[in-house]
Amino acid sequence: MAGLATSFGSGAMTNSIGEIPDNKVMFVIGANPPEAHPVIGAKMRQALKRGARLIVADPRKTELAAAAHVWLRLRPGTDVALINGLLNIIIENSWHDDAFIAECTTGFAAVAAVAAQYPPDRVERITGVPAPLLRQAAEMYATAERAAIFYTLGITEHTCGTDNVMSLANLAMLTGNVGKPAAGVNPLRGQNNVQGACDMGALPNFLPGYQQLKWPDVRQKFATAWEAAVPDKPGYTLPDMFDAAVRGDLKAMFIMGEDPVLSDADAHHVRKGLESLDFLVCQNLFLTETAKLADVVLPAASFAEKDGTFTTTERRIQRVRQAIAPIGGSRPDWRIICDLAARLGYPLTYGSPEEIMAEIAALTPVYAGVSYPRLAAAGLQWPVPSAGHPGTPYLHENGKFACGLGYFQPIEYEPPAEVPDADYPFLLTTGRILYHYNVSTHRRAARLTAHRPEEKIMVHPADAARLGLADGAAAAVASRRGRVRAKAQVTDAVPPGVVWMSFHFPATPTNEITSGAYDKVTKTYEYKVCAVKIEAAP
Amino acid sequence: MADRLTLTIDGRQVSVPPGTTVLAAARLLGINIPTLCHLADLTPEGACRVCLVEADGVRGLAAACTLPAAAGMVVRTNTAAIREARALVVELLLANHPADCNACQRNLDCELQRLAADLGVRAVRFRGERRRYQPDDANPFIVRDNEKCVLCGRCVRVCKEVQVCNVLDWTERGFASKVTPAFDTALDGSACVFCGTCVSACPTGALAAKPLYEAGRPDKKVRTTCPFCGVGCNFDLNVKDGQVVGVTSDETSAVNGRLLCVKGRFGIDYVHSPDRLTAPLVKKDGAFVETSWDEALGLVAARLAGIKAAHGPDAIAALSSARCTNEENYLLQKFMRAVVGTNNIDHCART
Repeated sequence: MAGLATSFGSGAMTNSIGEIPDNKVMFVIGANPPEAHPVIGAKMRQALKRGARLIVADPRKTELAAAAHVWLRLRPGTDVALINGLLNIIIENSWHDDAFIAECTTGFAAVAAVAAQYPPDRVERITGVPAPLLRQAAEMYATAERAAIFYTLGITEHTCGTDNVMSLANLAMLTGNVGKPAAGVNPLRGQNNVQGACDMGALPNFLPGYQQLKWPDVRQKFATAWEAAVPDKPGYTLPDMFDAAVRGDLKAMFIMGEDPVLSDADAHHVRKGLESLDFLVCQNLFLTETAKLADVVLPAASFAEKDGTFTTTERRIQRVRQAIAPIGGSRPDWRIICDLAARLGYPLTYGSPEEIMAEIAALTPVYAGVSYPRLAAAGLQWPVPSAGHPGTPYLHENGKFACGLGYFQPIEYEPPAEVPDADYPFLLTTGRILYHYNVSTHRRAARLTAHRPEEKIMVHPADAARLGLADGAAAAVASRRGRVRAKAQVTDAVPPGVVWMSFHFPATPTNEITSGAYDKVTKTYEYKVCAVKIEAAP
Repeated sequence: MADRLTLTIDGRQVSVPPGTTVLAAARLLGINIPTLCHLADLTPEGACRVCLVEADGVRGLAAACTLPAAAGMVVRTNTAAIREARALVVELLLANHPADCNACQRNLDCELQRLAADLGVRAVRFRGERRRYQPDDANPFIVRDNEKCVLCGRCVRVCKEVQVCNVLDWTERGFASKVTPAFDTALDGSACVFCGTCVSACPTGALAAKPLYEAGRPDKKVRTTCPFCGVGCNFDLNVKDGQVVGVTSDETSAVNGRLLCVKGRFGIDYVHSPDRLTAPLVKKDGAFVETSWDEALGLVAARLAGIKAAHGPDAIAALSSARCTNEENYLLQKFMRAVVGTNNIDHCART
């Protein structure tokens, strides 16, 4: 979010899912839509069927990599070098859009100077991508009438995640591929309401609608509406919270709907932080690994048991509608928060989520025109600045960025925080599989579990042969932080020297071995690169 | 080429853009032509011959779903000859179809059954060999019963054109024609990813979603937004006796149309997992005990107030959730800022 917000003034998918079948050129980097966003994957296949060209940058031979016109099999964590290499070739060949750069952006000269340092042969040495392939990709993307970039956590879950995103923004601005249909820079959100949780100001430095906490008039607006002071000191980010808890500065945590012990990197550190607290409250559907550490666990109702809205990856605010009564004694999260506030002397007397949305609309300019009746048929894509506004299918129309001019950011390549060495010679990268969702479906969704019951560690055949690992054999993967076990899947979908795992299965808690290093701006963990060793473990 | 052309259907004129089919033109006039192999979001195929119409200058009866409207064309959609031909088509389909509607998941929700009722097909005069196949149900998601297949090809087209996986296709010829994965294998083990979009397109019980197959007819359907990835597919929760028994999709959803993935269509059973928490838990002497909401909320309020008084508001932090609604995320950050008095609020998906 921070990367795109810096470059474009708005941290969201610039374009719409409905445009994908009409795309002419798609550049998919660090994303695996057929498994992680399957319906977007289907729309991309529709585009391919209609003749779209596809560039994929991925260390793994994913379905889209196999279908791509150009597949850039880069070493994990070398995205910035790859993108700078593309910038270099585009500028060398004058494929860039001078008019767009001059009228709509600022900072191009500095980026051009950095890009000049990344000729294709140097980029090949860093990324492992052959220079001719890089040239093909640059030409395909830059000379297209319009081209769209899609990325997900393969870009952001790095210590250089923000740099990666800003590099992609540079690429789009360089070629004028922003502010029109079937183009843009499109982060595909991994969870149903990531966009909404960010939009709603569940962030330590932003109030709802990305209104800056540091601006006094913003704080004053909320203080007036809420009849309570809004503190001006930015709060802890998520990794900061666990550090502060270990230090003893943080005494209590309230965790709604998350399971950081399983889902956050370096699980041992997270657990240590939570165990250091005086008081932990979890509000969840299940007794999660995190909830087991709590002093009080409050049973929450599922999405099927309550009304509300989710905001999708394409900024579409859509209705969630109650289908059944809350299970057992569970209650919707919003009701629990209201009850708790009342007991702390601050009555929150909303009769329904619709009334909460009315307050959100009144205080949040990008949601100003949102109301439940307007969402009934197809939702609305923000910004929706007024009650008569139809919503916004693509952002920054005609290159008019939310922040005025688009900001080019010169970015230098930096290697990942932890790279393979003699003791831990393999690079582990992680992601999702089609049949599971984060840490929430295994065992609880019986059909998905029956079909895909356990973790499989992807290992290249050459490595497997050297390690004496047969397909399906029990293996152990260890990093400096821990050791987990699962069956090996011998496949050339991963390159030699790289192993790949998901993180869906409690019996194989992959995040006990992933790196706790994080991006310097967003503090997003580097789930995508760490050094491990692997061995047969019968 | 003119940008509109005018034709006459059942004595009424209608103007349409070139390339419009007679079926679409008739629907503009509110004239109902029955269909079976047609779906508005798929390429017309003209396979089933249920939508037969008469048009001056067109020999015999023509399939309205593939007949292009032409300037000056005169079309009739409901003559005795048309009604007889349509009924015969349906009668022939029924002659090669199991007569066990009561045992079928799609009973009372079946397009073949409805067509037979609409067209007055009450008895089947043809007696002969019927196709016999074993159902393919060796997977947790989809039951495929080729005996109930009417060879409309909607599943084949949806798999080719919408999901674009090309798993289902025609096998054999004539009486032996059927729809199968490559090499006539079971779905499990084929390239199928169990999106179930074919199920949403099937007019009969030939392709059925297992959860619904097992549950019986739902009491109601509630349109909502999928709780898994960020695409935001809309679908209908099928509810029976206060339980979510399955998920269905149709072409009216803004983002996804009838497309869903295996998680959205078949993974919602987690809602009724026996592991769901049903009462607040408080840890006493290292073990959780169930308690009342009143006691649990009272305890949380007292501890938070105590910690705030002793260590200040910044000693308290909250994690909100990308799994919860906008309204709940808004409320939790408001709670932390306005009630507790700190900006210590974050969530795990802040990239």
